Amino acid sequence: MIPAEFNYARVSTLDEALTLLAQNEDAKILAGGHSLIPAMKFRLIQPPLLVDIGRIKDLSYIREEGGQIRVGAMTTHYQIEASDLLKEICPLLPECAGSIGDMQVRNKGTIGGSLAHSDPAGDWPAAILALNAELVAVSKNGERTIKAEDFFVDLLTTALEPGEILREIRINKPNGRTGHAYMKMHHPASGFAVVGIAANLSFNGNNKCKAANIGVTGVAAKAYRATGVESALTGVNLDDASIGAAAAHATDGADANGDLFASADYRRHLAEVYTKRAIAAAMKSVPSA
Amino acid sequence: MTKYVGQRVKRTEDPRLIKGLAHYVDDIGLPGTLHVAFVRSMYAHAKINGIDTTEAFKAPGVVAVYSGKDIATKVGPVPCAAALPDLKVPDYRVLATNKALFVGHPIAAIVATDKYAARDAVDLIFVDYEELPAVVDVEAAANGGTIIHESFGDNVAYKLTSGEGDIDAAMKAADKIVSQKMVHQRLAPIAMEPRGVLARYFPGEEELTVWSSTQIPHLLRTQLALMIGIPENKLRVITPEVGGGFGSKLNVYAEEALLGWISIQLGKPVKWIESRRENVQATIHGRAQVGTVEVGVKNDGAITGLRYNVVADLGAYHQLLTPAIPTLTGLMLSGAYKIPAIQMNVTGVFTNKMSTDAYRGAGRPEATYVVERVMDVIARELNLDPIEVRRKNFPKADEFPFHTATGLDYDSGDYDGALNKALDLSGYQSLREEQKKARDNGKLIGIGVSSYVEICALGPSQAMPAGGWESATVRIEPTGKVTVLTGASPHGQGQETSFAQIAADELGVDLNDVTVIHGDTGIVQYGIGTFGSRATAVGGTAVLIAIQKLKEKASKIAAHMMQCEASSLSFEDGCYTKKEAAAASVTGKSEPVVPVGEGPAGALNDVPTPTNGRHKLTIQEIALAAHVAKEIPPDTEPGLSATYFFEPKNFTFPFGTHVCVVEIDKETGETKIVKYVAVDDCGKVINPLLVDGQVHGGIVQAIGQALYEEVVYDEQGQLVTGELMDYALPKASQMPWFETDRTETPSPVNPLGVKGVGEAGTIGATPAVVNAVVDALSAYGVTHIDMPIRPEKIWKLIR
Ligand SMILES: Cc1cc2nc3c(=O)[nH]c(=O)nc-3n(C[C@H](O)[C@H](O)[C@H](O)COP(=O)(O)OP(=O)(O)OC[C@H]3O[C@@H](n4cnc5c(N)ncnc54)[C@H](O)[C@@H]3O)c2cc1C
Repeated sequence: MIPAEFNYARVSTLDEALTLLAQNEDAKILAGGHSLIPAMKFRLIQPPLLVDIGRIKDLSYIREEGGQIRVGAMTTHYQIEASDLLKEICPLLPECAGSIGDMQVRNKGTIGGSLAHSDPAGDWPAAILALNAELVAVSKNGERTIKAEDFFVDLLTTALEPGEILREIRINKPNGRTGHAYMKMHHPASGFAVVGIAANLSFNGNNKCKAANIGVTGVAAKAYRATGVESALTGVNLDDASIGAAAAHATDGADANGDLFASADYRRHLAEVYTKRAIAAAMKSVPSA
Repeated sequence: MTKYVGQRVKRTEDPRLIKGLAHYVDDIGLPGTLHVAFVRSMYAHAKINGIDTTEAFKAPGVVAVYSGKDIATKVGPVPCAAALPDLKVPDYRVLATNKALFVGHPIAAIVATDKYAARDAVDLIFVDYEELPAVVDVEAAANGGTIIHESFGDNVAYKLTSGEGDIDAAMKAADKIVSQKMVHQRLAPIAMEPRGVLARYFPGEEELTVWSSTQIPHLLRTQLALMIGIPENKLRVITPEVGGGFGSKLNVYAEEALLGWISIQLGKPVKWIESRRENVQATIHGRAQVGTVEVGVKNDGAITGLRYNVVADLGAYHQLLTPAIPTLTGLMLSGAYKIPAIQMNVTGVFTNKMSTDAYRGAGRPEATYVVERVMDVIARELNLDPIEVRRKNFPKADEFPFHTATGLDYDSGDYDGALNKALDLSGYQSLREEQKKARDNGKLIGIGVSSYVEICALGPSQAMPAGGWESATVRIEPTGKVTVLTGASPHGQGQETSFAQIAADELGVDLNDVTVIHGDTGIVQYGIGTFGSRATAVGGTAVLIAIQKLKEKASKIAAHMMQCEASSLSFEDGCYTKKEAAAASVTGKSEPVVPVGEGPAGALNDVPTPTNGRHKLTIQEIALAAHVAKEIPPDTEPGLSATYFFEPKNFTFPFGTHVCVVEIDKETGETKIVKYVAVDDCGKVINPLLVDGQVHGGIVQAIGQALYEEVVYDEQGQLVTGELMDYALPKASQMPWFETDRTETPSPVNPLGVKGVGEAGTIGATPAVVNAVVDALSAYGVTHIDMPIRPEKIWKLIR
């Protein structure tokens, strides 16, 4: 499988990259290449120029800053999976990272590339939505911050404008009694999510849910927040019955995909089951007081 | 005598594979090589009204473009070696001429200076298609509708009835007729290395060399010589490292002939490496049968007769063995049981898809699945334990050779023995108790058993389309190193190791002093190849007998050199010893032994002569003497080599029992295999490590069929699963731990006593998995589920 001819530029600064993007409307950023290159090999896309941002300094990092977790766009899935800091302060990220593809994919693929690509079955969008992340985009016109819930627009389409680069992902450090979980049914062929549910819950005392954020991927053209589930959980004492009732809203308003492996009906059902399980697992993960 | 045979000797092939030092076709670079890319049909069924190649010709780097019309009469058709009565054989040209008959059907070939230019030019060829209705559903196609090959009048390639015994009487004698329809879905073999061809023609010498990733270098050479029209002795086929085949490279493909022909036209080397998409589209598929089995049973579970009416989806054309594969199903319908009357009625049907052909098991997995699945259905109907139904119908160990109503004579077996061992190993009784407890707790556990027999060591030439023997040449070189040339063509099985084990033991030499050469028709005597679990049973036996011949000669030379009768020599540990000398050596008289490889430079002069009174000679010393040829008996040919072509008198019949335990997620329908036990009997074992590897790989592919894999064409004949993103190949992370064990019942068919194990896992395991799933769901009244058992199917059954 051979892509169409393209030019390749390796840049060493964000500025250089932005300039090239501004000059070449159809240019594509090359991050880990694990979504872009396959699409080029199938000749689904034939970009004339790839701008490789892999050598730009300081696009790959995980740090704590101003009460926030900041993850550079070029940070690989594996770096996130293996981060002791994240395991400590935001375990949902390493958990989600560990569920992506295989070791080779995790060593090359990046969180920024994954979010920018916005595959309907990609894992990161669910986690990013559940964590209420903010995404920092830069362009020649400067920097702006996009809320996760505004970022995913449609199938393979994000709020990024042409010429914009996703630079950083910011997440407010979870505090208080919180619990997280990412539950995914792996597609047996691709390994992507048939459904993937990220749950981020915070609790008052006991099992009373203070706030709930549920990110859903794999079900529809784009990942979404299951607001119906969230409101059914908020302020409620969580037990099997209340969780089950809430999970029933997992696909409210979503136009579910159907394919060879899972019909739309079945996907909706799976979303409900996995939502239930993700909530239960998130509860379990709450550190005991 | 057996220092190596029977041992877990590590594969000598592995270091080069692990280090990435092996040479596959694509690793061979020749100066000036041109690259070929194919334009392939995007439709399943279409008239080709024209092909416009002008733009492609003008593209940079393009050297030549060929379409079907250019070469229709110049290259012979893709051959079919299967001979069945009244078989319709379509004219299968190497490039489509008037019609494209499946997605991926090659229509034009582009030759360019590099592979990128060749691929780019594919997009510059404009094919004027007129789409026709696609024939996709095989059962419908058997009964009419659009005709693929108009001149045949319908889509039925052949109808065949096989079997022995009075089936109608047998059914009448039954207390009950149990019947079940089953679908054996289409599978793609997906060898790790796709196909690839490099062809180089030397116009001066008029010699063509074709490197191809194939399982059958010699048969390929013969067929290519006929297709291309080049003398067979001017054609050399080389199979470098081959990254798996599973039957998919037991074939003669259009691309192989085309590349050879193009190289002759252009006088330059040409190369084509198949992409994975081409591999899924245009390398043969396997299975694809839809059938209904009916079994007559007595109330105690005794089977009176079995009938299988089946429609086989052949695809658009016949590849090498396409129509013959379902006949192998017919041969194995007796399974591990005494069935007095068996009948198979098969209808082979053309569809607008890639041809089906031999995929790991090749017709036998279908038979085993039918028989082992229906045994469970019978047990259910009669309310008997599935184990009891099996035992009831087993032939006893003393009933072998055992004649089946499919016309075979099973060589040896102890089916009860393997079953009992598998039951013990899996703790079957306690599993059943656990299952009951789990059910009480609302958990779905299922236990599946499969007792298979398969047919291996293909086979006697009488039963084969192009020879069923195998060849070996064994040489001891002047320096004492041993060269084994085998006509088998291993491509991952490990015969470089196992044949070296046989040779090293038989010659009493170090394993590292043996090299096994295969896969080069310029070097190796004619051979048949590696498929049908035949390489060791047939090819290994040829090696053994060739060595025995060689040793006859060596002992004559030894006797001459030690001035005694050959009959007074003994052979042990690589040495010929005068018998009286052996006795004397107990008294401490030592013999000068020349260590191989440690002799001084010019050691060729140090040939022991009859006059220096030696009582013991190594086989290496004899090899040297045989080549120097000064001290050999007067009536003896110089040199030390022997060739043997071994013709087996029968097939061999390995068997075994597999036990699978699954747990099903009630909410989602997901199946998890929680225990897997395999007891296989493949006769004598040369190398347990290799046998385990074959069994493991086979089980994985069987689980793949049971739970994941399916080649899907939609109603328009478009290939939906054209990529590994959609075609669900089983992965290591999805596999359970395999507990494997063996019983060992030697085969009387060959002196090694070996049977074959390449396909056992794929044949035995599929029904064990499906039986386990059905068993788990029996509480819901489920008696059968078609493969692959995707979770959604289960969810629909139990929600
Ligand atoms: C075999 C395989 C299995 C996989 N399994 C999974 C899985 O289970 N789950 C899963 O979620 N994913 C999976 N993936 C996808 C993988 O995670 C990709 O790495 C990821 O989707 C894209 O990240 P990347 O860094 O490779 O981006 P690239 O492929 O380099 O880029 C993807 C797209 O994003 C754009 N882009 C990249 N970075 C930026 C940026 N900083 N700003 C703006 N635009 C940018 C590119 O221009 C391109 O359009 C799999 C991939 C493969 C090959």
